[in-house]
Parts: sequence; structure tokens; C-alpha cells
Amino acid sequence: METHIAKRVEIVIEAPLERRLAEALNTAGVTGYTILPVLGGSGRSGKWSREGQVGRAGMVAFVCLIRPDRLDGLLDAAFTVVDKHIGVVSITDAQVLRAERF
Amino acid sequence: MNEILSLAGSNLVSPIILSFALGMAAALARSDLTIPEAVAKGMSIYLLFAIGFKGGVAVSAHGVDATLIMSLVAGLLLSFIMPLLAFAILRVLTGLTATDAAAVAAHYGSISIVTFVAATSVLQGRMIDAEGYMVAVAAVMEAPAILSALWLVARSGGSGRIEPGLMREILLNGSIVLLVGAFAIGAITGEKGLEEISAFIVSPFKGVLCLFLLDMGLIAGRGLRQSKGVLGAGAVGFAVLMPMIGSAIGLGLGMLVGLSLGGIVLLMVLAASASYIAVPAAMRVALPEANPAIYLTLSLGVTFPFNLTLGIPLYLAAAQIVTGG
Repeated sequence: METHIAKRVEIVIEAPLERRLAEALNTAGVTGYTILPVLGGSGRSGKWSREGQVGRAGMVAFVCLIRPDRLDGLLDAAFTVVDKHIGVVSITDAQVLRAERF
Repeated sequence: MNEILSLAGSNLVSPIILSFALGMAAALARSDLTIPEAVAKGMSIYLLFAIGFKGGVAVSAHGVDATLIMSLVAGLLLSFIMPLLAFAILRVLTGLTATDAAAVAAHYGSISIVTFVAATSVLQGRMIDAEGYMVAVAAVMEAPAILSALWLVARSGGSGRIEPGLMREILLNGSIVLLVGAFAIGAITGEKGLEEISAFIVSPFKGVLCLFLLDMGLIAGRGLRQSKGVLGAGAVGFAVLMPMIGSAIGLGLGMLVGLSLGGIVLLMVLAASASYIAVPAAMRVALPEANPAIYLTLSLGVTFPFNLTLGIPLYLAAAQIVTGG
């Protein structure tokens, strides 16, 4: 099966910022991403868990798979939102099937 | 004095408080007891709907009067002014930065609807009536404190900002929409509407409140356990002192407006309570530099348990003494 090179960008960000990040990505032309709930974790700001929360607490994870030449545009857009906030941005090399979808 | 102690004692052994204590103890003891997020949100929706609906029914029975308008204005004023006072006290008592102090101050200008619900439950247990529209007063007190806090940060040279969409998010926050919407439905349908759904929103209310407070206890306990070393004595002192100052201002305003004994107690509780749902989310957007461990632990880990256990009976006793009720 033929595969194609892509970049997998994972952005873990505070839940109240979800809409803003989605809008920034859409504006930058990145319309394909998946948003996942994050159960809990630990980091520089301490431990946290999603259990029992009633407000918009906790974090969400955006997962985007894009062509390598579109990476900088995505990161520039994401940075305007995540700059000052708690979260993690990571980029990994990936292989995808059906390159025309990315 | 005996009356106050007896009231505080009976409040402490109520199922509501003991459920909260159980959650807190379980979290501090590192038990794996948890309430799933979806269940907690479901209970929160139920409580907001029930309290809003019952408030609306009470207004439909008694009608709208000048005291209602005055109470709403008093609530708005309290929410705008309390953060300024809280900020000044924090700057004296603690070494918090202007941004952290403003973020904490926003929480103390806004309200805790669960504390409000617990107070209405205590009043009902003592057969003390309160104005149904106090629910609407609670709703108007959610947001103005956020604006005051952002003004405080801007004044201190910080970068607090109201970006496009934030005000809409604050004002159309799910809990405000549900509370006000249920209030409107209650006001429109009145006693007849209440009769139709009372088996759902009246009888199970206290049981659901107990489970919800169990969850609040778990969250508060976890927060306290994970925030060791974050808070100084001054900050903890503030979290106990501020509710008492707020309640005293609420007492004065409640009397000025002409509320009943129950209404005064509820205004005191609203002024004494600190937000831990709507404001934290707004602060993460508007003041990302502020440390959430500080404001969440103070509001949920210190002030909320204080109000629930000692504050509510204390405010009730104070209101009874001052009003002669």
C-alpha cells in the first residue's frame, strides 16, 4: 500500500480555549482536525483530573494531520492562541494513506 | 450565642454537609472514589433547573415589585464593587502579584450557586421564606466581577483583555442561561407548572444536592492536596475574612433594599460566596498569566467549605440578630 509523508501536530490546550483555537486553525485554512477530551494529567501547573468537573475545566487535545509544507502556517495560527496558556504543542512525522485528503 | 452554636451544630450534621465532608475526607485520604464528569454535569443541570424554576414560581405567586428591581441593582453593585475591595485586601495581606490578586478578586465578586442552593435548603429547613427572585439576583452577580478584575489589571499595567466573544461567552454561560431560562419557565407556568413536575424537581432535590456536594468535596479535597505550598497564611486568612466582609455588606444592602429575613440571608450568602465554575473559565481566557492553583484553591478549597459549614449559620444568626427576625 502506498503511503505519503505528513506531519502530525498535537496541541493539548485548556478547554476554555477550544473554540478560539478551532477558529484560528480554520482561519489559517486548516479545516481538518480531531478534538479529543483529555482525562487528566500532570505538568508544570500541577496535577489535574477531569473527574467530577462541572465547569469548562480541564484540557482538550487537537490532532491535525497535514502536508509538511503547510506546517508553518498551522503553527503560526496555533501560536497566537496557545502562546500564554498552559498546554503542549508537539509535532511528529507520520505516514498517511490517501494524500489528497490532507 | 447558644442559638448560634445550636444552629451551627445542626447545620454541621445535616446530610448535605456530611456528604461534602465525606467527599473531602475521601480525596484527602487518596481514595479512588470519583463521580464521573457526565454525572456531575447532569446533577449540576438538574440543580440549576430546579432552583431557577422554583424561584420563577415564587415570583409568579407574589408578582414583581420595586424591591425586585432594587435587589437586582444591589446584586450588580455588589458584583462590581466586591472585587475592588478584595483586591485591596489581597494586596495588603498577601504577596500576590497584581494579576493573581485581580484573578482571585474576580472570584470573590462573583457567586457560588451551590452555596446559594445550600443556603436556600437551610432556610427551608427552618421554615424561613425568601424572595423567589433572589435566583435572578444570583444570575446578575455572575459576570460583572470579571469586568472589575480586568479593569484592575489594566490599571496596574497588566495585560488583561476582553477579546471578542469573551463577553458573549460570559453572559451566555450555560449555567446563567439555564438558571434564567428555568426561572422564566417557572414564572410563566406558575404553581400549575410546578405541580406538574414537582415529583421531579422538589422531592429528589435534597438527595441530588447531597451527591453533588459529595463531588464538590472530592474536587475541593483534591485541590487542597495538590496545592501544598501554593498558598500562604495571608491568602488563606483572606479566604475566610472576605466572606465575612462580603456578608456584612450584603446584610446592609439587604436591609436597605427592604428584603425579608430569608432574602437578606441569601444576599449575604451571595456576597460571601466565591465562584469556581464561570469565573475560572473566563480567567483562563482573559488572564492566562494568573495562577489557577491560587484562585481555585482559595475559592473552592477554603471559602466554599467555610461558607457551607460555618458561614451560612453565622450569616443567618447575624441577620436574625440585626433584623430581630
